Amino acid sequence: MADRLGVLPAYWALLRGQARSQVSYRTSFLVDLVGNVGATVFDVATVLVLFRLTRTLGGFPRAEAMVMVGLSAAAFATADLAVGNIERLRQYVRTGLLDAVLVRPLGALPQLLLMDLPLRKASRALFGVAVLVAAVLTAGIDWTPARVGLVVLAPVCGVVFFASIFVTTAALSFWWIDSGEVGSAFTYGGRDFTTYPVTVYSGWFRAVFAYVLGFGFVAYYPALALLGRADPLGLPVWAGWAAPAVALPAVLVAALAWRVGVRHYRSTGS
Amino acid sequence: MSAVPGDEPVIEARGLRKEFVVRVPAGRFRRTRRRVTAVDGIDLTVRRGEMVGYIGPNGAGKSTTLKMLTGVLMPSSGEVRVCGLPPVARRTQLALRIGVVFGQRSQLWWDLPLRDSFALLRHIYRVPAAAHAARLRRCRELLDLDDFLDVPVRQLSLGQRMRGELTAALLHGPEVLFLDEPTIGLDVVSKQAVRAFLAELGRSGETTLLLTTHDLADIERLCHRLVVIDHGRVVHDGSIGALHARYGSRRLVVAELDEPLTTPPVLAGAPLLRTEADGRRLVFACESATASAVVARLAGLVALRDIAVVEPDIEDVVARIYRNAASEGGADPAQGCSITRTAKVPGASASYRWGTSPGNVT
Repeated sequence: MADRLGVLPAYWALLRGQARSQVSYRTSFLVDLVGNVGATVFDVATVLVLFRLTRTLGGFPRAEAMVMVGLSAAAFATADLAVGNIERLRQYVRTGLLDAVLVRPLGALPQLLLMDLPLRKASRALFGVAVLVAAVLTAGIDWTPARVGLVVLAPVCGVVFFASIFVTTAALSFWWIDSGEVGSAFTYGGRDFTTYPVTVYSGWFRAVFAYVLGFGFVAYYPALALLGRADPLGLPVWAGWAAPAVALPAVLVAALAWRVGVRHYRSTGS
Repeated sequence: MSAVPGDEPVIEARGLRKEFVVRVPAGRFRRTRRRVTAVDGIDLTVRRGEMVGYIGPNGAGKSTTLKMLTGVLMPSSGEVRVCGLPPVARRTQLALRIGVVFGQRSQLWWDLPLRDSFALLRHIYRVPAAAHAARLRRCRELLDLDDFLDVPVRQLSLGQRMRGELTAALLHGPEVLFLDEPTIGLDVVSKQAVRAFLAELGRSGETTLLLTTHDLADIERLCHRLVVIDHGRVVHDGSIGALHARYGSRRLVVAELDEPLTTPPVLAGAPLLRTEADGRRLVFACESATASAVVARLAGLVALRDIAVVEPDIEDVVARIYRNAASEGGADPAQGCSITRTAKVPGASASYRWGTSPGNVT
């Protein structure tokens, strides 16, 4: 354990190195920082535009739907900031960065994440959190201690969940070089899925994404619990607290996929 | 085996093999899997303080071996221990005890000055500040880093960057240094700086060195021991002298004459290899006769303008090993010192040493 903690300053050094590298291009960094908000602003604006056409979406008025949008945006943008660049795994393999980190006395995944941390995406994560804060303050939530806890717990679990999906889909490219598009279906498809109330979807698509893959527990069910609304689809109130139960298995799957993936890389070297 | 520290093996590999599965197109949609053996049963023991040159043609399995020794790749079969550790299973512990310079891939931060990269590496390798400062000071002196210590790495020349890479690999005081093509693409001055530095490092006897190279001048300058691999197998393991003896390379005596000779002298044990410059230059190969005997006899027979003894060319010998290995034939000592270059040795520079020893000339 002492040894485990002993490496923390090492990871901190990697983070500092990355921060200093990016800030060394000062103007470019600031432009990127501002430009990067765009994508997330667009996602939120899409929902707002929809509400100009309809008064409710899947049975939810704008103020309530915005809580789901906020939870989804805050979780996804933060996960994208922290681990989103692992999508570039193929580049790391080609440029030799993966080999370079394997000869250092630290874990390969944290090194890759910290050495290529896209700090310019910080603006997106901040915007996502701002949307969440604004949404929960204007949705007329009846605040109880449990709900205050949930409004923190849910996005944290959402970050862990999305991060796990990023890592899992990236690890697939250890086997299939061109798995990028398939991976995006789950990462970006999953983000889009969580932005809207689950009730707008139907059939097997809803069943798979919301319940089998667990995306329903990232924004939709926590939002119901915060708003004190019963689920039109019939799940009990505690479903709003199921986020950790979904995030934990996701982390385990991601860790396993990564470990097996790296072992596969080391045995094929391709 | 005695327990003398110098006898302790730092690298030990037995029957090391690495197979890759490659998919090759077969027909329109089908692809078949084919096994390619990159390293085919290598045995290697390197003792503390040794400096070993590991050479072979492109695709012989040099880099693959290095990656297996450093824990980057998992061997398909065979036993490996580096510093007594299995490299893949104990990767992070081993990383603290070895230094790695892969010529093509950097350990430095592209956008940061060397000074900052070195400071970050101190934390990554958890090196005490005093030890780090002492090692850095030594590298700065020996490698002349001071002029570009504050320049971002992306603005450094290749030679400057390589000096930075060497420093980066040594700041945690590794027991073994693995170098993959450390002089590739460098200009003459930088090459010499790197070689001189590595020679100095080897002199202390504390750091074990294993280097792959295409530039055989690196080997002549640095390594007493040469391991030649081809098609994933070791085809020679021994000193450079042993290599010459085994493949029958001979020293040459080149005599420059005042007047061209119509009938060149016949010397026992040293056949005339060729006549150049309209008979003004004679080249003898020392077979059973020594170079000094040939020089002495020549001086008695003809009027000499100048004389030179040419050491056997290692590059030539190695080129022949590659060719022999490729044709699966044995070494042919009768071939002598034909001066050939081979396309399998890119970037190789001429490595003649024109050594005339005045004592031999009368």
